[in-house]
Amino acid sequence: MKMTGAKILIESLRKEKVEVMFGYPGGVLLPLFDVLYDSPIKFILTRHEQGAAHAADGYARATGKVGVCIATSGPGATNLVTGIATAYMDSVPMVAITGQVKTHLIGNDAFQEADVTGITRPITKHNYLVKDVKDLAKIIKEAFHIAATGRPGPVLIDLPVDVQMQETKYQYPKEVSIRSYKPTYRGHPGQIKRAAKLIETSKRPVLYTGGGIIISGAHKELKILAEKCKIPVTTTLLGLGGFPETNKLSLGMLGMHGTVYANHSIMESDLIIAVGARFDDRVTGRIDAFAPEAKVIHIDIDPTSLSKNIRVDIPIVGDARMILSELVQRIRKAPETAAWLKRIGEWKKRSPLFYKRDNKLRPQYVVEMIHEVTKGKAIIATEVGQNQMWAAQHYIYTTPRTFISSGGLGTMGYGFPAAIGVQLGKPKAIVFDVAGDGSIQMNIQELTTAVVNKLPVKIAILNNGYLGMVRQWQELFYKKRYAHTTLEGNPDFVKVAEAYGAVGIRVKKKADVKSALKKALKIKGPVVLDFIVEGEENVFPMVPAGEAINRMIGGMA
Amino acid sequence: MKYTLSVLVENKSGVLAHVAGLFSARGFNIDSLAVGETEDPSISRMTIVGEGDERTMDQVKKQLNKLIDVIKIYDLSRIQFIDRELMLIRVVITPKDRERVIDIVDSVRGASVADVGDQTLTVEATGDQTMVHALIELLRPFGIKEIVRTGKIAMAINNKK
Ligand SMILES: Cc1ncc(C[n+]2csc(CCOP(=O)(O)OP(=O)(O)O)c2C)c(N)n1
Ligand SMILES: [Mg+2]
Repeated sequence: MKMTGAKILIESLRKEKVEVMFGYPGGVLLPLFDVLYDSPIKFILTRHEQGAAHAADGYARATGKVGVCIATSGPGATNLVTGIATAYMDSVPMVAITGQVKTHLIGNDAFQEADVTGITRPITKHNYLVKDVKDLAKIIKEAFHIAATGRPGPVLIDLPVDVQMQETKYQYPKEVSIRSYKPTYRGHPGQIKRAAKLIETSKRPVLYTGGGIIISGAHKELKILAEKCKIPVTTTLLGLGGFPETNKLSLGMLGMHGTVYANHSIMESDLIIAVGARFDDRVTGRIDAFAPEAKVIHIDIDPTSLSKNIRVDIPIVGDARMILSELVQRIRKAPETAAWLKRIGEWKKRSPLFYKRDNKLRPQYVVEMIHEVTKGKAIIATEVGQNQMWAAQHYIYTTPRTFISSGGLGTMGYGFPAAIGVQLGKPKAIVFDVAGDGSIQMNIQELTTAVVNKLPVKIAILNNGYLGMVRQWQELFYKKRYAHTTLEGNPDFVKVAEAYGAVGIRVKKKADVKSALKKALKIKGPVVLDFIVEGEENVFPMVPAGEAINRMIGGMA
Repeated sequence: MKYTLSVLVENKSGVLAHVAGLFSARGFNIDSLAVGETEDPSISRMTIVGEGDERTMDQVKKQLNKLIDVIKIYDLSRIQFIDRELMLIRVVITPKDRERVIDIVDSVRGASVADVGDQTLTVEATGDQTMVHALIELLRPFGIKEIVRTGKIAMAINNKK
């Protein structure tokens, strides 16, 4: 049977079991949207293409499925760019579809033309410009395969309007075979054996785990390994939820705003077992001072992550879950870690995470109360800045895919549209966006999307009146010269919520936090909670830029 | 350290941009890059000469491998290979130098006079890196006006024969 390119695209998305897509129309997408008109695929019209990309990303992070977003040529496509880059940095499976001008006009500076494959080349895992409708089905099949396998990432398909209208015989390929793309999943047995030996004889081992644990679903295997060998576990920002923070072996997060005990453990460790993490500079601090006595085992599916930032003794390329489960079997005897755990226990006692518990409304308290009121069952999306770090530090994560945050790119404006995607992927979940008063204004237009689609996302604005994270650096390192970080002229967020048809609640007193949260949870639609918090609260502990990660400030109670 | 990579890639538009973009984005130095179709028309071969320490070279290889359109990479720093480069070099000559320049060119295997102009002489040379560099040095005293080089191409030596 012959079909148009537009029809082929939508049919193929159904074959890929796409349930929902996020996007925004435009001239060159008219043929495609005409097909969407009759399609059972749920289409969420965001109010900005950036919102569509982040929503697809949030959906993907919460469900593990591929998120799909779509935008028109030129400005529509360039508006997706931040969202694609965000997904790329955090290895999120995504297929982005962009309309393109007619094939024969490409390169002519046609109306709303942009070289989208050129622009997105460094921020996609792969991209395609479809020049012939006959290639379309195969390209879609490949795109979903590439996005979801190996180290996941965004794949972009640029689809000219004339290709959407051309007809061809449609057959969706059953299998993909790309001669140049064969990710490695099984770890090298010899390397795994060597790693097991090293673990057995280690005295001060630490498991340093990242987003890879969550992506590969290795949380169970991680727990088994940690408990069998009594090895403490610290996670990166994106690794939160990969190991229950309620577990005795948990060290919480490490790095620039990590716990004192996680950072000390790493620095004094004799063996770092890194799994699905990439020794990012926010984690290592001053690299030449990082973990001077440690041997390093590094497990990652992306060979380029290995030995990129630090010297690795045993690199193992492959899937975290498969490798950890083999590693557990290979380890004959658990290392002697009692003394090590005792030492760590002392650090934990001496330098726990803390903030001032007085009667003031402090942002950390809001996060703590979100945890309490939701009984730790919420999915927390975050914006970027202090709000993000407090959300990471003061909520207790126990389950994978419950912390949704832009780690690698640090994109302000990510959290709210991502939360919308999360809610669509997990309709029953309680979804919060822990926000800053700056960040929330970067994609506030998506309130309409939440209202129209009856998505009960709760936005908790930690309203400090500042671009707080930048202000904190100005306070500490630039003599309190707050250059353009005071957010004077912030709108009345309660009124903004109401104008969009959502509910707004303002909270000024500590005593009202809990009841406001409870009230918000009872409301079926989106709620904006405007918490007027202490303006100059800082995120502590903190490793100043360029310092070793045990040189923390603000870490002692 | 100089290294030579022989990279098989899909013969499609955009692949060269991808490879070149990778080098610039990651701050890898590239000395030369030569591309051409192989015996299989769906595959091109890129010969890349770059400079960097062991770790950089390791990253270059891994990053290239990560590109979906890269099929296979041969690291020629680790195996024996034959390499050739084609160069055109234009030398300024005065009537009295003319004979000497032609003599030099005649004495170098792989070099010949391609064109004789009024005040210049264009030499064509095919050879490995040592030969190409040697020829440049031999001609330099006369005054080099222009050099055009293709970049190195290379092929592993087949030990099985
Ligand atoms: C799109 C974007 N622009 C700029 C920055 C730099 N930046 C990082 S945190 C921050 C301040 C965020 O302010 P707010 O959302 O109010 O959060 P707070 O730190 O006050 O909690 C800025 C400007 C960024 N991360 N992303
Ligand atoms: Mg703020």
